[in-house]
Amino acid sequence: MSDVALPVTAGIAVIKPKLSRDDRIMRGFIVMVGVWMVIAVLLPLYFMLSKSAEDHDGNFIGLANFQEYFSTPALFYSIENSFFIAIVSTIITITLAFQFAYALTRSTMPGKGLFKTIALIPILAPSLLPAISFVYFFGQQGIIKELLLGNEIYGPIGIIMGEVFYTFPHALMILITALSTADGRLYEAALSLRASRVKIFFTVTLPGIKYGLISAVFVVFTLVITDFGIPKVIGGQFNVLATDIYKQVIGQQNFEMGAVVSVVLLIPAVLAFIVDRIVQRKQVALLTARAVPYEAKPARGFDTVMFVYSAIIGFLILAILGMAIYASFVTFWPYNMAFSLNNYDFDVMDGGGWDSFSNSITMALYTAVIGTTIIFTGAYMVEKAKGFGAVRGSIQFLCILPMAVPGMVLGLAYIFFFNHPDNPLNFIYGTMAILVICTITHFYTVSHMTAMTALKQMDPEFEAVSASLKVPFFKTFIQVTVPVCLPAILDISIYLFVNAMTTVSAVIFLYSTETNLASVAALNMDDAGDVAPAAAMCVMIVFVSATVRIFHAIFTRGMARRSQLWRQR
Amino acid sequence: MSDTNEPYLQIRGVTKMFGDFTALKDVSLEIFEGEFVCFLGPSGCGKTTLLRAIAGLDIQTSGSVEQGGKDISNLPPSERDFGIVFQSYALFPNLSISRNVGYGLENRKAPKAEINARVSELLELVGMPEQGEKYPAQLSGGQQQRVALARALATKPGLLLLDEPLSALDAKVRVHLRHEIKQLQHKLGVTTIMVTHDQEEALTMADRIVVMNEGSIDQVGTPLEIYRRPTSPFVADFVGTMNFLKATVTTSDSIRIGDADIGLESALDDMATGSSVTVCIRPEDVIVRDIESETDNIIDTVVVDLEFLGSFYRAMLKLNDQKGSILLADFSINLVRDIGIEEGKSIQVCLPARRLRIFSDSEGEP
Ligand SMILES: Nc1ncnc2c1ncn2[C@@H]1O[C@H](COP(=O)(O)OP(=O)(O)O)[C@@H](O)[C@H]1O
Ligand SMILES: [Mg+2]
Repeated sequence: MSDVALPVTAGIAVIKPKLSRDDRIMRGFIVMVGVWMVIAVLLPLYFMLSKSAEDHDGNFIGLANFQEYFSTPALFYSIENSFFIAIVSTIITITLAFQFAYALTRSTMPGKGLFKTIALIPILAPSLLPAISFVYFFGQQGIIKELLLGNEIYGPIGIIMGEVFYTFPHALMILITALSTADGRLYEAALSLRASRVKIFFTVTLPGIKYGLISAVFVVFTLVITDFGIPKVIGGQFNVLATDIYKQVIGQQNFEMGAVVSVVLLIPAVLAFIVDRIVQRKQVALLTARAVPYEAKPARGFDTVMFVYSAIIGFLILAILGMAIYASFVTFWPYNMAFSLNNYDFDVMDGGGWDSFSNSITMALYTAVIGTTIIFTGAYMVEKAKGFGAVRGSIQFLCILPMAVPGMVLGLAYIFFFNHPDNPLNFIYGTMAILVICTITHFYTVSHMTAMTALKQMDPEFEAVSASLKVPFFKTFIQVTVPVCLPAILDISIYLFVNAMTTVSAVIFLYSTETNLASVAALNMDDAGDVAPAAAMCVMIVFVSATVRIFHAIFTRGMARRSQLWRQR
Repeated sequence: MSDTNEPYLQIRGVTKMFGDFTALKDVSLEIFEGEFVCFLGPSGCGKTTLLRAIAGLDIQTSGSVEQGGKDISNLPPSERDFGIVFQSYALFPNLSISRNVGYGLENRKAPKAEINARVSELLELVGMPEQGEKYPAQLSGGQQQRVALARALATKPGLLLLDEPLSALDAKVRVHLRHEIKQLQHKLGVTTIMVTHDQEEALTMADRIVVMNEGSIDQVGTPLEIYRRPTSPFVADFVGTMNFLKATVTTSDSIRIGDADIGLESALDDMATGSSVTVCIRPEDVIVRDIESETDNIIDTVVVDLEFLGSFYRAMLKLNDQKGSILLADFSINLVRDIGIEEGKSIQVCLPARRLRIFSDSEGEP
């Protein structure tokens, strides 16, 4: 396994294994993944870090930029704002999502499948969609703005509400997993001791899911603190770190200060990432020891309460989505409430026409196809290659690193790196290629981990059997690994596709006039005051994401039927 | 089995390290063409590690492996000549049984008809004709095992490696498959190494058994040799049931257990008079019939427990030494009835000299 040398035993020759062709191909691919990570993550980050310590002319000035940053209240107040928003949103999201997950896993209420589907809808939308909806609900001309009791929707209230909508499904998925891996035997024991529901909750449920809960907290916190779309649309004068980066770079062309803010934003993201990694590791250890799954038993009163709660949440989600759709069809809010397709006439709007929509689809397709190929193949090589321990270990680390880098930071780092005149890769700047590379990298980690999970469930000896039969590994990879892992591969490609459709943060710095994207166009239309067309563009994005998801579901079902002969459940 | 020729597989001084941990210590072994060899030992003793070194799946840290006169020490598995069956079988779940069995043939660009013929032949051979269209998940464990065997044999490898192939099966199926595998091996004459921690499996299947302990080979021999003449307390204890009795050397060819003098078959070589030794004897070798006063090696005991085990009784006999050591002895049902053995009764038993194994106490307790 390892290439550790023997403790020098005199005269004993250490065998140096001869590499087979398979070994060399695998190592070649692993090195390629490593090069990708170095080019797509490490070097850009390095360039960004060094930029934060330079003046306008590129001279090294140490921490002077940071000094300036921390002596400018207008700038460093954003740290407090960002943390305030992130903490409050996290508390609300986790509370709401936990109850929802609890209802889905611990009650026997009807309509669970429907509720879960509805709750996952926000994933299909760009984060600016809820912000735009809230403008129609609570803005100057909002239909229920009285509910805010005179408070302004533009600012922390709007941001927090938007973030809760946007992060809800992410928290929900983690919490559902945590709650459904609980050990049923513990509950039976507690029930036989006649413990009350409340007591069971605090003594059995909560300790059992603590790692899932912590993980959900940090995931939501990171999503909120790094989000750009919502504060951009509905933040008003309330500045947060992510919008500051944008303002420094796009508004004031102050790249150095943009880099400084990026570093400031990178710190909490990296810390949250580290905590999440530690917690995940512990959770895995718990999982393997688990035995009997918990099965909910009917309880009239409890089930009713859970049903009503889920119905309210489901209704709110649909209402927010529905408002965006509704507003997109209203001719001229609030003066002409007649329906028309005027807002979908993107070609006459400032911000980007239908071109940007087709660009987005092209970009999403490239990202899904190329990204899935690279990520799954890379994960396979890293998992199955023999020897090469140190390199594999560091690539494994590089593959989970992108999760720690906020989209805004990644995008800005790409400007510094790829737009550098001396970079031989300079030519991809402003092309579709850089958007695809950036998006694949931005969403690499989750895809990589999905691939790893699927690969770890494969019998570890398939490669050994193939080698003994003199069949090259790539044949077995194509004929066995890929078909068996197809569900995971499809999950990865859908995940990449949907995220490529909805992402704004990383690509906002990287698009050019020829490669404008739908989500960026929506943002720019909103910026120019064309809120309804922005809503229309968001609706188009949701439409495409949802359609792809539905096809995925149908395809998955068909595939399951075809493969049920051999697939063990 | 041929013992005059060159060995087919020659392992010399193989050591395997996992970091600081030594999984194999200087292992040397010869295996001859057509032999069925079992690696036997407790879990974690390094059997799989040795098998994987032979296969090239986890190449040894040092030492050499020669197969068919060729040094294969550093070759990757794809350049070696072997077929392998794992404990998990590692059947490709999405391929039909036929395609699983023919997997290694497809890659050799053989004509389709030839492959099909060979696949049918192999399925026939493992007793599963007409099952080729099914998928692994539709088969029982025993059937999957046969398919894995057929797949490993498809390319006619010179060496067949089996890593605990039966351990995932029910006891009944296991006993049945033992015979089948053994017969198949005999028929094909393929040199075979099987890893197992089940001594019964090794005793019934192997031509020779390699007993391993903590990364080293303790003894190599035929099943009868291993059973009758274990060369270490470890082997004596691991294979079959064994009594271990404390004794003192009295002369070069006799020892004393409690107050009984026990004569030995041959002289003890390097054990000084007065030194303490351990005497081993199997329960079925303890004699109780036809004991007369002039019989050698008689020892007085009291029956403290008599356990009925179906085809025989196992008696716990207490010796009258200071420690009140216990001697297990197996008696047939007839014998128990004829002699009237019952709990509490004093009986004399004989420990026949040629059934005794003596280990000096410096060799360690099992
Ligand atoms: N890849 C590995 N890394 C570290 N230790 C290992 C590895 N494989 C086996 N070992 C250790 O080597 C010893 C022998 O293992 P193995 O050969 O699998 O035993 P067994 O006799 O049960 O087949 C065990 O202590 C095991 O923990
Ligand atoms: Mg083993």
